[in-house]
Amino acid sequence: MKNRNNLKFMAGPYMVWAIGFILIPLFIMFYFGLTDKNGMTSLANVLSIATPEHSKALSLSISLAVAATVICLLLGYPLAAILAHMKNSSGVIIFVFILPMWMNFLLRTLAWQTLLEKTGVINTALSALHLPTINIINTSHAIVLGMVYNFLPFMVLPLYNSLTKIDENVINAAADLGANAFQTFFKIILPLTVPGIMSGITMVFVPSLTTFVISKLLGGSKILLIGNVIEEQFTQAANWHLGSGLSIILMVFIVINMLITAIFDRDREGSLL
Amino acid sequence: MRKGHITAMSHIKRIYTALIFIFLYAPIVTLIVLSFNKSKTRAKWGGFTFKWYASLFTNRDIMEALYTTLLIAVLSSAIATVIGVCTCLGLRKMRSGVRTVVLGVTNIPMLNADIVTGISLMLLFLSFGMRFGFGTILLSHITFNIPYVILSVMPRMKNLNVSVYEAALDLGASPFYAFFKVVMPDILPGILSGFLLAFTMSLDDFIITHFTKGAGIDTLSTKIYTEVKKGIKPEMYALSTIIFITVLILLILINRPEKETVNTDKKEPANTSVSSVVIP
Repeated sequence: MKNRNNLKFMAGPYMVWAIGFILIPLFIMFYFGLTDKNGMTSLANVLSIATPEHSKALSLSISLAVAATVICLLLGYPLAAILAHMKNSSGVIIFVFILPMWMNFLLRTLAWQTLLEKTGVINTALSALHLPTINIINTSHAIVLGMVYNFLPFMVLPLYNSLTKIDENVINAAADLGANAFQTFFKIILPLTVPGIMSGITMVFVPSLTTFVISKLLGGSKILLIGNVIEEQFTQAANWHLGSGLSIILMVFIVINMLITAIFDRDREGSLL
Repeated sequence: MRKGHITAMSHIKRIYTALIFIFLYAPIVTLIVLSFNKSKTRAKWGGFTFKWYASLFTNRDIMEALYTTLLIAVLSSAIATVIGVCTCLGLRKMRSGVRTVVLGVTNIPMLNADIVTGISLMLLFLSFGMRFGFGTILLSHITFNIPYVILSVMPRMKNLNVSVYEAALDLGASPFYAFFKVVMPDILPGILSGFLLAFTMSLDDFIITHFTKGAGIDTLSTKIYTEVKKGIKPEMYALSTIIFITVLILLILINRPEKETVNTDKKEPANTSVSSVVIP
């Protein structure tokens, strides 16, 4: 009898772990963000987002993250639909999305420099074909490309999962009742994949908004995103209070995202796993 | 007329998938080509060579970083798997209110930005005066790996029949024996995909390691990051090519028999296969 009740305590170690390594660290971050160097409560760190330098970085981050998210959705939806109709598509998905992850993410992103440079692979090919060359390296366009490249899988997988869950009979019924392909898509398929869409949007938007690596590797050194500003506070300026204060601003966006996911995706339908 | 329309459509689909495939694989092909480049800079092609593959194994810095990376990946995913599986077993027996709270907290590291997770862990270690190094990286990796294990194993738990486990206990099996003989076979696919997912995440992580590593220790990711300004050592390309080709071959081998199991087991395809293993 005793053994059966013991099972309940198996979750104990993790609960301690989660409090110690998930909740307390976040609490400490909030503490640092809301105090100054002397330990006095202060909103100065959070409010410093209003300075021109920081607000410019934040607004640029938001606009690039929105652009990357929209492009991922437009590119990813058709791909997810094609994969969902394929037989044995799980094998294809492994090769399309999982295999690249075994090549280091920094190296993969750096490789875009070689591809995009003025005399890089793409431009050499374009000029050989007498086509106009593209010069986007070290601009915000290259950063968006890097975001789309790195985060497209997070858009496609939730979409794929919610598309494969649609009952074929519902689509057949729509066709029997006289709906054309256009109507079937907008009245049946699109509403049924809203959980996947919302989940995909949050999964692409959060890492795009907060990245400091992609902007550093593909944006030259001139373009500062909010992630770069925060990273500098910790690695160079050693101003943990300011860095934490700005992270609290990021947390606001992240929490809004979490709430949206929670509302639209109650059954974890559009989940990645 | 209609048939022509359908084949045109399937051509468009194929071309579209191929274009995305090229988009995702162009950088990888570039890196593989660079690993055979005689010239030290990545900007120009200096002829074909194998020399980076030879010098790779005598480069102590890279070998040390590889060792650290693999050790952290193996340890953190193994520990996370043990903790994660225990948690799933325990959660089944708990009131649903507590379970919802625990699973909600588990979602935080997955939905939170890596930079925030990294910073908050860094501040934790700073506040408690811990020495930054192997230990702090390992603790951080275990922390972000556990949720992946829990989310892979949890769906399998739903189909688990607890009475069978209790019957085994009534028949005199020790809890340990009963677990490995009765429970384990049912949830093994979930455990395996959770472990693999955790391993991949640990291996590919840069951001959280960057904030929690301290001076004097490097994983492959952080080593590459410090090399970005001076120029990446060509040996790095050689090493990534070796890792990539190894995994490619393994995936091809694993994937063959798996197709058949998917066909016979139509009810629950996605969660068992490696295909469910994603998210960097």
